[in-house]
This record gives sequence, structure tokens and C-alpha cells, in this order.
Amino acid sequence: MTTPLIEMRDITKTFGAVVALRHVSLTVQAAEIVGLVGDNAAGKSTLMKILAGVLKPDVGEILLNGNQVQFDGPMDARASGIEMVYQDFALVPELSVTQNIFLGRELTGGGFRSRFLDNRRMNERAAHLIERLGLRIPPVDTPVRAISGGQQQAVAIARATAFEARLVIMDEPTASLGASAIEKVRQSLVQLKNHGVAVIVISHRLEDIISTADRVVVLKHGHLVGERPVAETHGDELLYMIVAGKDPKQPTDALTSQSA
Amino acid sequence: MSTGSLATLGPIARLLSDRRHLVLLAVRYGLFLVLAIWIAVMSFASEHFLTVSNMLNVSRQAAPIVIIAVGMTLVMATAGIDLSVGSLVALISILIVELFGLGLQTWIVIPAVLVVGLISGLLNGAFVRIGLPPFVVTLAALVSLRGIAFVISGGYATPVGNELVLWLGRGDIAGVHVPIVLAAIASIAGWVVLNKTRFGLYALAVGGREDAAHAMGINVGRMKLAVYGTVGTLGAVGAVVLTGRLGNGSPNAGMLLELDVIAAIVLGGTSLFGGVATIGGTVAGALFLNAVRNGLNLMGVDPYWVQVVTGWILLLAVLVNTVVNRRVTEWARAARIDDQPEA
Repeated sequence: MTTPLIEMRDITKTFGAVVALRHVSLTVQAAEIVGLVGDNAAGKSTLMKILAGVLKPDVGEILLNGNQVQFDGPMDARASGIEMVYQDFALVPELSVTQNIFLGRELTGGGFRSRFLDNRRMNERAAHLIERLGLRIPPVDTPVRAISGGQQQAVAIARATAFEARLVIMDEPTASLGASAIEKVRQSLVQLKNHGVAVIVISHRLEDIISTADRVVVLKHGHLVGERPVAETHGDELLYMIVAGKDPKQPTDALTSQSA
Repeated sequence: MSTGSLATLGPIARLLSDRRHLVLLAVRYGLFLVLAIWIAVMSFASEHFLTVSNMLNVSRQAAPIVIIAVGMTLVMATAGIDLSVGSLVALISILIVELFGLGLQTWIVIPAVLVVGLISGLLNGAFVRIGLPPFVVTLAALVSLRGIAFVISGGYATPVGNELVLWLGRGDIAGVHVPIVLAAIASIAGWVVLNKTRFGLYALAVGGREDAAHAMGINVGRMKLAVYGTVGTLGAVGAVVLTGRLGNGSPNAGMLLELDVIAAIVLGGTSLFGGVATIGGTVAGALFLNAVRNGLNLMGVDPYWVQVVTGWILLLAVLVNTVVNRRVTEWARAARIDDQPEA
């Protein structure tokens, strides 16, 4: 078996007295779409924030292409090609589409102009990027507050894929969107996979997972309940795993770990 | 209209192609228009108004406000405010005469007071950084800095005799007053910083949405420290200019100056809520405020009434800046969404 792109080993994270994650492990192959599902407070977002460098695990390690890495903040994770599309998009409403896409990674001029922003080049790159992703949004110098929710989502995805991402994490990408925008998001997931980018999708909508993912991972109360290829499961089984916190194929394992 | 055709048009053509954009433009750049109209009307009302010497006079009076407002624009870009700049001006003007009184050299005194301004700003920034509201932090500084100025001076104004300070306040370079030159330099530098550097962009990002800026790796706390440090330093520069112009160091210097600075910025179109800022608007706002005062003075209007009118202008500016601007933006946005199917 090839070395996974990402391997999270034995991750434990507590917030005060609350144990958010307990010995959770997760692997992702290159160009694989992994669905991460679970009820509220299952630990999905916490696990992904650890992977994106927003939070640090108490215990456990992260391997990128087999090499152990430690992320000191989101910029570290982004420098390693791990991008996160936040549920609320994390866009600055007053800034333009271009400024948001390049925020924190601006392009500057050459030579003595290296301290100054190259706004024209950034606008060109942003327009090109959006075209490549097949997205339809207003001109790139439009402030983000003036575009629709679906278009903002598109900008957030464009930002996540602008800098040679190897893994894109999407936190509830369809939560606040209408039907046509949801279809767009699903298409862009598959498009990322076709470009060789791995994707982890957190979603309440099992249809999102079943229609796009290769593999699905179920969490409950900070435990790994089970995982399997999407082709070998169906909505009812996943729902059972999410609600009961048990894997019907490995009943004893799940029970012992839950009572631990 | 389709996205494709919009993208290929230049921004100006795009704005003019649509009546809605004209209204947006009018709200956004209306101040420049109002300033031009005021100058035109006043030039008929008073033969002394539209003369080179009077225009230079208006600009010179606006100069310290412009210098400080450039820094304050950056602060307001981060959704902050600094109410203490007027009191800082008093403290610096007192320090200038006191330090010269100790027999210190010019090359020590001037850098020293600039450092005091920087430290004062950084102190404000440090409290804002840990989460205190900028309004309260800098209100406390407003009270205490002037208090310190009174303690040091015993309440008395002292004449300043230093050649450089007097030149900075009253001198001229090829017929142009030195304060105007300094204000021009500060404005151009401020414009470049706001529009062409990471510093300006990050200030806007912090003011627009702090958690998004943080998620994109921007050091929010350091940005806040830096903008308050900047306004403190520029406050000290403005204080040197004012002290030179007045010819003395006084604990009453810069009284209510913070309101002129904020009025100029708000008039110019910088948002009170952060994320939107314009240096050009700030300069125009400061010039407008002083042109109105100057014009009313020339017409012989009672100075107390001039103060009343200044208050009304500020109220009008805030009205346009907040309610009108938001309504018009929402209206234009709603119209645009009507035009375009969801992407």
C-alpha cells in the first residue's frame, strides 16, 4: 500500500474537563474524497481544526507523506498544502474577491518593489483561477459583501485551491446554500479530486457524502465509530452508526472503546 | 448584463454603464463635489476666498489635522479609534518647551518627543490588543495625557524659541508653507501604505472581520499595536508643527483636535466600523472642514455659530457615512442580484 498523503495517529484533545477527541486515527490518500460524519459534538470540527493547524492536539501525531509534521498555526498547515474552507467561509466582507483569495499570501513586485503589492497581477491570477474552476462570479475587484452566499463559497474554494493545495478540508460546505449552489459545490469536490487533490468533507447531509466521497468516516463523542468505502455502505447503515455510535460489522470493538 | 461582458469592461466604464453605480459614486465621492461647490460659491461671496494666499492659509490650518488623520485613518481601518490625539498634542507641546528649557539640543528633543508619541500610541494599542474597547482606552488616555501636560507645565504656556520648531510651524519652502509640505508627504506615504502594502491591507482585513484575518494567518494583535503606534507618532509630528505655528507650548494645545480629525475622516468616507478607509477622502475632509470655517469667517459669521455649523457638518457626515451609505449599498446590491442568476 502506498504511503498515505495524511496520517493522523492516535489524536486526543481535551478542552478543560471535556474530552473532544479520544485516540482517533485517520488516513487520507492523495486524490481521495473522505466524508467525515457524526452528530453534533462528535469531534469532527475539532479533528479538522487540528489538521488545519488551528488547534494543537494534546496527544498524537500527524504524518504528511510519511513524515511527521507539527503545525504552528494555520499558515504552517497552508504552507504544507493543507487548506480549510471554513463553514462561514472566513472571508473579509469589505475586501475584494482578489484581496480575499490572496489574503496572507499576497503577490508583490520584483526588486525594489518587493515591499509593494502587485494588485494587477493578483487580479489577473484571481480571474484566471476562478475561470479554471469553472466558477461564475462577478468581477474580481467586487467586495465580497456584494456577492451572494453561493458566490462567497466559490471564492472560499478558489482561495483554498489557489496555492497548490494537496488536501482541502471543507467544513459543512453546503450548510447555508440553496439547491443549485449545493450542486456546484459537489461538482467542485469532484473537480479537485480530478486535479489530484485530496478532500475531507464534513457534512450533515449524507447525500453530499454518498454522491461524492470515496470513503466515509464516522465519529461520535470523540470516538472513531468506524469507516468504510462509500460503495460498500448505504444511508441507513451510516445513520445507524452516527446515532448509535456502533459499527454493525465490529460490534464488540465499538462497545469496548465507548465504555472506556 | 452578463458576468463576461462586465469583466472585460474597465472599472470606470463599468461604473458609468449603470445608473446605479453613478448613485454609488455620488455617495462615495460626494464630498469632493461638495468641496468644489463650496469653493465656487464662496469665491463669489468673498473676493478674498479664492486667492492663492487664502487657499494656502486654509491648507496650512488643515495641515496638522491631515498629518494626524493619516494615522487615525489606519486606526479606523482596523475598526478602532484614538480619542487621545488632542491631549497627546498638548503633552508633546509642553515636553518640547520643557526639554529645550533643560538646555537639550534640537537633535535630541525632536526625536525624543516623537518617541514619546510612539510609546503613548503603543500603550493605547497594548490595551486594545488585550480586548478593551478602543473608545474607553483612548478616552482614559485623553483625560490622563492632558492631566500630565498640566502637571508638568503647572498650567502655564511657555514660548518656544527653537529655530527648527518655529520653521516647521511657520517656515516655507519655495513659497509653500512647511506644514503643507509635511502634510503632503504624510498623505502620500499614507496612501501608499493603505493601498499598496500588506500593512494597509491587513489593517483593513482586521477591521473588516477579525476572525477571518486571524484564520488567514494575520497577526491581529501586532496590527493593532502598529496602527496605534503610528497614530501616536504622527500625533507627535502634528504637535511639533502646531507648537511651531502657535510659538508656544501650552497644556491647552490641541483641545478638541481629536474631533476635527475624526470629523475629517468620517467626512471623507472612511467607515466608522472598520474595513473601509480612504486617505484621499481624509485629506478632502480636512480641507473641506477648514474651507467651511474659513469661508464663514470671511463672511463675518459669528465664530460661535461657526462651531455650531461644524457640529452639524459632522452629524451630516456620520449620517451619510452610516445610514445612507448602507442603504444605497444594499439597494445597489439587491439590484445586482436581480440582474444575475446565482452562481
